[in-house]
Amino acid sequence: MGKFFAVVLVVIALASAYPIVKHHFPLPEDISTHGHLIDKQLHETMVEAGIAFVGAQLVLALFLWSFTGRKPGAPLKSFPGGAKGLVIFAFVIVGLEVLALGVLGQKAWASVYFTPAKADALQVQAQAEQFAFYFRYAGPDGKFGQIHPEKIDEGNQNYFGLDPENDVAARDDIVSGELVIPVNKEVHLMLHGKDVGHSFYVRELRIQQDFVPGLDLSVHFTATKTGKYEIVCTQLCGLGHYNMKAYLNVMSQADFDAWLKQQSQ
Amino acid sequence: MSESSAQQAHVHAPSTGFWRKYVFSLDHKVIGKQYYALALAAVFTGMILSWLMRIHLVWPEAKIPGLELLSKAGAPGGVMTPEYYLSLLTMHGTLMVFFVLTNAPFAAFGNYFLPIQIGAEDMAFPRFNMMSFWITFLAWVVLMLAFVIPDGPPIAGWTEYTPLSAIGKDAGPGMQWGASLWGLSIAIFCAASLLGSLNFIATTLDLRAKGMTLMRMPLCTWAWFITSCIALLAFAVLLPACILLILDRHAGTSFFIPAGIVASDRVQPHSGGSPLLWQHLFWFFGHPEVYIAILPSMGIVSHILINSMRKPLLSARVVIYSMMSIGFLSYMVWGHHMFLSGMNPMSALAFSFPTLTITIPATVLTLIWLGSLYGANIQVNSASLFALGFISMFVSGGVSGFFLAQPSIDIYLHATYFVVGHFHMVMGVASLFGVFAGTYFWFPKMTGRFMNEGLGKLHFWITFIGAYCIFMPFHYLGLIGNVRRYQSFVNDFMAPYIPLHKFITIAALITGGAPFISLINVVQSRFRGKWAPEHPWNATSLEWSIPSPPPWNNFGDRHPVVYHDPYQYGIKAAKGDFVMQDSPEQVPAVGD
Repeated sequence: MGKFFAVVLVVIALASAYPIVKHHFPLPEDISTHGHLIDKQLHETMVEAGIAFVGAQLVLALFLWSFTGRKPGAPLKSFPGGAKGLVIFAFVIVGLEVLALGVLGQKAWASVYFTPAKADALQVQAQAEQFAFYFRYAGPDGKFGQIHPEKIDEGNQNYFGLDPENDVAARDDIVSGELVIPVNKEVHLMLHGKDVGHSFYVRELRIQQDFVPGLDLSVHFTATKTGKYEIVCTQLCGLGHYNMKAYLNVMSQADFDAWLKQQSQ
Repeated sequence: MSESSAQQAHVHAPSTGFWRKYVFSLDHKVIGKQYYALALAAVFTGMILSWLMRIHLVWPEAKIPGLELLSKAGAPGGVMTPEYYLSLLTMHGTLMVFFVLTNAPFAAFGNYFLPIQIGAEDMAFPRFNMMSFWITFLAWVVLMLAFVIPDGPPIAGWTEYTPLSAIGKDAGPGMQWGASLWGLSIAIFCAASLLGSLNFIATTLDLRAKGMTLMRMPLCTWAWFITSCIALLAFAVLLPACILLILDRHAGTSFFIPAGIVASDRVQPHSGGSPLLWQHLFWFFGHPEVYIAILPSMGIVSHILINSMRKPLLSARVVIYSMMSIGFLSYMVWGHHMFLSGMNPMSALAFSFPTLTITIPATVLTLIWLGSLYGANIQVNSASLFALGFISMFVSGGVSGFFLAQPSIDIYLHATYFVVGHFHMVMGVASLFGVFAGTYFWFPKMTGRFMNEGLGKLHFWITFIGAYCIFMPFHYLGLIGNVRRYQSFVNDFMAPYIPLHKFITIAALITGGAPFISLINVVQSRFRGKWAPEHPWNATSLEWSIPSPPPWNNFGDRHPVVYHDPYQYGIKAAKGDFVMQDSPEQVPAVGD
């Protein structure tokens, strides 16, 4: 049965690796300026983890093949080099890998989180609530109106709790159920959580960030390709969680300007 | 210190009468079996819940017979509602993590075998021991009550993130009383686990037999000891966190709820709290919990592998130090669950580095197991199959951790099925393999009878191949961005992948049948199994130096004296290729 186990392990190792090697489960197209860094990091990790996975399973299979079903009293042997060699191997090889991935590999993270958004980035506020996203643009005055939680009134489409009567900045704010942005222009997205935790995830943008009520968070990104992409919630937020989505609509600058103009009318 | 137990009178009298013998027993062996029985009840419930979820995921309109009986509101006409899916998901996670993965490898086997393996008559505090089981049982009853209250179980997942879990009924169904029961149950569970781990620590340090130095303790005893140290610190943080959650829910406090949140069109009457505080407290427990689940299995698997290989590991010391390093590092990594939570992005790097570093002791362990197999004379039976399967699963689940430890990759893979595949393999399946291996190995000790080998092997093959069929595709689905915790896939891009989900569901339905085979095997073997000889496995540790099943006071009036390291295999001795730890026979020592 040991030999059978060895064969099963070889089959499992190869069958598990096959769809990855053959790219049967490709990442969606990357439409961001930073995404290639994440993809590269993921690819390199896949190669290293893949070698470790297949290698370990094959070694286990080889030893099972060789050292089961032996004649009773067959001489026992010890691994050449003993524990010391293996411990040194683990420290050096895995240690180097940890250093490489842990230190050098933070470029992608840094590009998203350690560089501030450009001063001329398009400012958009996103609000997440059970179970929808809304997006707010500052309008011609470039200023967002204040949020007044007690004034939130879904029935009258006052999703952000604006007070245009008393708040001049709120009067020209544009609210949309779709995140419309221009291509090749940086967007500074400020995240506001209305009720419980949610998350903003666009696979193609390689962006995911939680909404935390009471905490002002933001992300910035630049989309490089026009088109419509799904925004989904990835933080369990209640019964409609699975159905909480919106669309990211990336347009040319001219189309975006026209859209903005139309919305402000 | 080590002689103290030998000089004392028996720690408690033999149990007489039904209640003292089988229910409120002080005997660590009975308590161990009670934990095991509770874990069994929880694992079958949890597994059936996963069946229901998997069926609903791929056939959302399916009428599931009997489901309406469980909840009329949750499954009108037998068709599961989206919120009931989340209720089942929450209960599945909570039952599995707390009542199975903590109870079975640690509390159940630890209780039964730790005192025997160190040559003690019982735990240091038998009454505390009894209390910790019955308090755990109470925690389970409180949790299960959530199924019968009209509101139903909570829908916030086993992590119960605030404010969803803190603001009460405005958050959705199940969040009124269901979530309160959850908080109460876990708080009670924590109290019990604190008592239990203190008991384990005191027993290990104080009740070792003469000659049983720390380095002569079997590896599973080491694993239970390290685990109890981790558990003591971890549950001590989750307990107050749950109390604060209950206060937020019922006493109007705002530990986890900020000002100005509007749920169900109502401005919530709270201010000043922080949802991230809950996440920090929860994961400060939550990550060490992963090791509470896996470390005992590492110990059990090492113990059984050595016996099956008929030679010691390349280095037992390295295994002990690796388990210690894992335990230590487990407290420095909780933030890797929170890379995208909004905490300072700089801290992501501080949490990422120790997380990646855990790979080193984990790799050392794997290499020691693999290297030790070289040149061995591996005996294949149900116990060793599961122990060997553990290594395979541990590697498979471990390598995917390498992705998730990196914040930049986590931006893409966080909250996808990749994460679900990762933790199910490494802390779920691998840990359970340790439990299964332990069950087949120690059953002759616990009952005096063997389990059926044929059924045991069938159990192994279905589980091993099935687990790969279920959880490997989870990783692939994560790569395409399949988000977890969705009751159905309404995303446009998911359509081509529904057949793969169907394949997983079918694999889960088949694999979930395997534990039933094992259950039949346990029950049948208990009464009809082949009688086991005195030394069924020719093993060396102290549990095999006493009759099977062991008498109430383990060693009778004998005070065992230990002369050898735990794993003296592959030698020439009077009884064969091994020498018992308490045998005065002089043999050249092997291993380190």
